[in-house]
Amino acid sequence: MLAKAMRDLRVGILSVHVWPTLAWQEIRQRYRRSVLGPFWLTISIGVLIAGMGPLYSRLFGQDTSSYFPHLAVSFIVWMLLASLITEGCTSFMVAEGLIKEGRMPLTVHVLRVIWKNLIIFAHHALILVILFIFYPPPLSWALLLVPLAILAIAVNALWVGLFLGMLCARFRDIPLIIQSIVQVMFFLTPVLWTPGALGRHAWAAQWNPLNHLLEIVRGPLLDGRVAATSWAAVIGMALVGFAFVLPVFARFRARVAYWV
Amino acid sequence: MAHISVQDVSVDFPIYGAQSRSFKKALFRAATGGMIARDHDRIVVRALDGVSFELRDGDRIGLVGHNGSGKSTLLRVLSGAYEPVRGTVNVEGRIASMLNISLGMDNEATGYENIFLRGIVMGFRPREIEPLVDEIVAFSELGDYIYMPMRTYSSGMAMRLAFAVSTCVSAEILLMDEWLSVGDAEFSEKAKDRLNNVVGQAKILVLASHDESLIEANCNKIMRLSHGELTSTEVIGS
Repeated sequence: MLAKAMRDLRVGILSVHVWPTLAWQEIRQRYRRSVLGPFWLTISIGVLIAGMGPLYSRLFGQDTSSYFPHLAVSFIVWMLLASLITEGCTSFMVAEGLIKEGRMPLTVHVLRVIWKNLIIFAHHALILVILFIFYPPPLSWALLLVPLAILAIAVNALWVGLFLGMLCARFRDIPLIIQSIVQVMFFLTPVLWTPGALGRHAWAAQWNPLNHLLEIVRGPLLDGRVAATSWAAVIGMALVGFAFVLPVFARFRARVAYWV
Repeated sequence: MAHISVQDVSVDFPIYGAQSRSFKKALFRAATGGMIARDHDRIVVRALDGVSFELRDGDRIGLVGHNGSGKSTLLRVLSGAYEPVRGTVNVEGRIASMLNISLGMDNEATGYENIFLRGIVMGFRPREIEPLVDEIVAFSELGDYIYMPMRTYSSGMAMRLAFAVSTCVSAEILLMDEWLSVGDAEFSEKAKDRLNNVVGQAKILVLASHDESLIEANCNKIMRLSHGELTSTEVIGS
């Protein structure tokens, strides 16, 4: 059974003509006949950040020039993480037709969700480009780690998506629970506030896996830091995650067609 | 060489959210449908029960049985969608499944894009579909409509496109749930030829249908399913 699960993963990942197409198709379907497409969301996020930046920097008594980039980077990466988690829940459910027809590896459906959200993230990255004109990021070799950090997020999204996809296909209440948890986590994770503001309670951020996923992107972009601890946490998460999900996937992969 | 080996295959559908007490108490058997049984404390519908058979090159199988006797489930087991809870299925050869010929197509996409979308769902790469596009467009008689979104098509036009793509390549094993018929009189004649051609080239055909004359015309064996069990296999004309 593990061999079949590994085959599903391997064939799924190698189906590079399938999941990108399905992801683009989903985006096109949603924004067909809209002139700006996903950029509408980018604009609304841009306006939100532009409005909240000055306001919250005063509320938290922080320097705008350091708070603004922190908020923008954190918020946009947060949007990516949040939608990867919530859409990971429905990755199999929305693909019911394809799954019941057979043949296509299940991994494809998770990769479709990941690719789609990376495309949307790339749209939102335009906000960062504009932001960096005003608040240029410190030039350092660490910047080269940003694409790798996005890749690390995607790798973690794969095991999370496989797990949540199966769990949610079976138990239909879970997506709703996950949605609420993600909403709460938005406030508990250093997005609106900086981890430094915790003072001696810094452990609250250190034990938050989402914070580390944010930190590996934020570190290089904001302070030219490598964020080594966070990288260790993220790599550890991927290893533990796959070690946990692979047996679960091997056991329940074949059941998904019956559940969706 | 195509080969299908099905050994003692059972398929149970777990029914979640239907666990009313009365259902739980009764072990229910109806005239149509599979057997409803209890497994621990969930209710399951046994769609296939200990089915075994072997198919080789040249086999043209007509699957017959009541509604809910397991025909479609068996086709989906052969296509690989449902892995059975018990027993083994071994399929050698490229499968073309005609269970849902418009699967993967999207109303908002143009006909041209849909050729690729459908092709990818059928398991082809874009570069394998590329050389077939002209033929598909010509066959479906859509002309310049091919560059229009599919939502502008009449249902007949959409079916013609789905049919043209789904039948553009022959496969070794062909799975069909009822015969496909599309379009007006003239087109349906053309479609019939094309389908016959695809069916003729397939090494194994499994056709589920209620139409016995259709099965007699296209098949050489009949497999009868009843309540998920394979009750008989007859050779036609003997």
